[in-house]
Amino acid sequence: MATQHSRSAARLMMAPAVVLLLGWMLVPLVMTLWFSFRNYLPLRGGDLGWAGFDNYVRFINSSSFWPSVSTTLIIVGGVLAITIVFGVLLALLLDQPMWGQGIVRILVIAPFFVMPTVSALVWKNMFMDPVNGLFAHLWKFFGAAPVEWLSQASLTSIIIIVSWQWLPFATLILLTAVQSLDGEQLEASEMDGAKPLQRFGFIILPHLSRAITIVVLIQTIFLLSIFAEIFVTTGGSFGTRTLTYLIFQRVLESQNIGLGSAGGIYAVILANIIAIFLMRIVGKNLDA
Amino acid sequence: MGQITLKQVTKKFGDVEVIPPLDLTIHDGEFTVFVGPSGCGKSTLLRLIAGLEDMTSGSMDIDGMDATSVPPSKRGLAMVFQSYALYPHMSVRKNIAFPMRMAGMDQAEQDKRIEQAAAALNLTDYLDRKPGQLSGGQRQRVAIGRAIVREPSAFLFDEPLSNLDAALRVGMRLEISEMHKRLNTTMIYVTHDQVEAMTMADKIVVLRAGVIEQVGSPLELYHSPRNVFVAGFIGSPKMNLIEGEEAAKHSAASIGVRPEHIDVVESGGMWTGTVGVAEHLGSDTFFHVHETGLAETITVRTEGDIMLKHGDTIHLNPRVDLIHRFDAQGLRIE
Repeated sequence: MATQHSRSAARLMMAPAVVLLLGWMLVPLVMTLWFSFRNYLPLRGGDLGWAGFDNYVRFINSSSFWPSVSTTLIIVGGVLAITIVFGVLLALLLDQPMWGQGIVRILVIAPFFVMPTVSALVWKNMFMDPVNGLFAHLWKFFGAAPVEWLSQASLTSIIIIVSWQWLPFATLILLTAVQSLDGEQLEASEMDGAKPLQRFGFIILPHLSRAITIVVLIQTIFLLSIFAEIFVTTGGSFGTRTLTYLIFQRVLESQNIGLGSAGGIYAVILANIIAIFLMRIVGKNLDA
Repeated sequence: MGQITLKQVTKKFGDVEVIPPLDLTIHDGEFTVFVGPSGCGKSTLLRLIAGLEDMTSGSMDIDGMDATSVPPSKRGLAMVFQSYALYPHMSVRKNIAFPMRMAGMDQAEQDKRIEQAAAALNLTDYLDRKPGQLSGGQRQRVAIGRAIVREPSAFLFDEPLSNLDAALRVGMRLEISEMHKRLNTTMIYVTHDQVEAMTMADKIVVLRAGVIEQVGSPLELYHSPRNVFVAGFIGSPKMNLIEGEEAAKHSAASIGVRPEHIDVVESGGMWTGTVGVAEHLGSDTFFHVHETGLAETITVRTEGDIMLKHGDTIHLNPRVDLIHRFDAQGLRIE
């Protein structure tokens, strides 16, 4: 990429990809913006004209708005906490030499390959069903009344289901990070008198910080938009209505595209606020 | 204090016996070098002493106390690793402070020792940097600093100079030697480089396949190698080892002549041959001589100003009184 000529040639050749990607992103965004200012009710007369900021005001003043934001944040935070804590522990465990390591590693990673809808259904019917679920049987075995997971502990249930799906991802990334730790550092710290917990705190955890950052950033992107798990299990009731789900309801159940689009723009803003906070808090770990 | 005694120590990895029963005493204040070709078990031996590996059998005393099953941190030994093993996320100051922090030493004492170590190692300006911002030599010094502040009874060095370039290596070699003279602490140093061994050691332990071939001062090893292996390993360029008829003349299975113990003469001499490669170092010249009637190529070390070229005829005369003789088992004949 040295000469002027090769640089402009490179730009020319990259242009189609850049234009395509930009269009791919910009067209839906601009359309959402456009619809958010329209009074658009597909089954009640279609596009009824300019709405100004009405949709925005209505969406934010709805009694479901703030609860949906907090539900979203609780789910994202809960899943992140569970996947990182257990991810680190599992990664350390899987790094130990043991019999059948290869198979165990594949088994641990398996849940990531199960589609969200399927895993939610499996959890809902096989584990959390208050009559036939495994948990119900377990509770009954110990003489307790079965928990109606999806109605009594709905948010916890969703967090458990989503964590189960994302734990393999966190484990995988953290395992590769654990494996890249220089063994001599651990030996040096051992000779320096660090006990196992101190070795974890002073050597292993700082070494993992970059991998943890990546897990947090990537998972947050995906967790902000979880949908199938809620759709399949609670259908948004029992306090599990996230912002994504609220938008879905506004567009498809209330058939109000304008209102839903305004919600979509709020979701974009929320995602950006979270992104800024995250980059402030953990982004510095990514500097080499 | 730092006297280390190994008694009948063995180490097996699975079925492979890396170190057959081995006895060794390292006296207080001695600079001992373990030297040998790669895979000879010298690093394993060091790690056994450090406690990073468990002995399969045998025992070890430090200052007369049994330390066989004492955890590494309680043995009072400090180790400098080949990769330096600095903690990358900590500043130099925190790296050096780490062992003291783990020992729960009070802050004032920690600061005092850090200042002393940093001054001794020329690290004062770098205390707030991260290891990633230091050069190889500086990292090496930090690793040594981290070892010094613990005031250990012995230092263990695992090939500490092998990641440095040649010029730095010579400099660090001197610094470590000077540090030893100043601290007068036992040091055990592992290397595959016989030059490091010869220049630094009070006592060299030559290892091959986990077996101690010879223990002695550098000059003892140079002047009277116990067997063919030590003879070939110690000294640079390598000793000429000659077998067959020529050896039989000296009533030995093989004889060894050091390149510096062969004189180049105008005519006559014991061997006459052709110069293959001439390596002119300025101070010395090494000639590799072929076609002397011997099976082996003879290496000769001479003054730098002898100007013979490739293909020239050369007359060689070994100093007969400095010829080493070995029997069929490769052992030295006095």
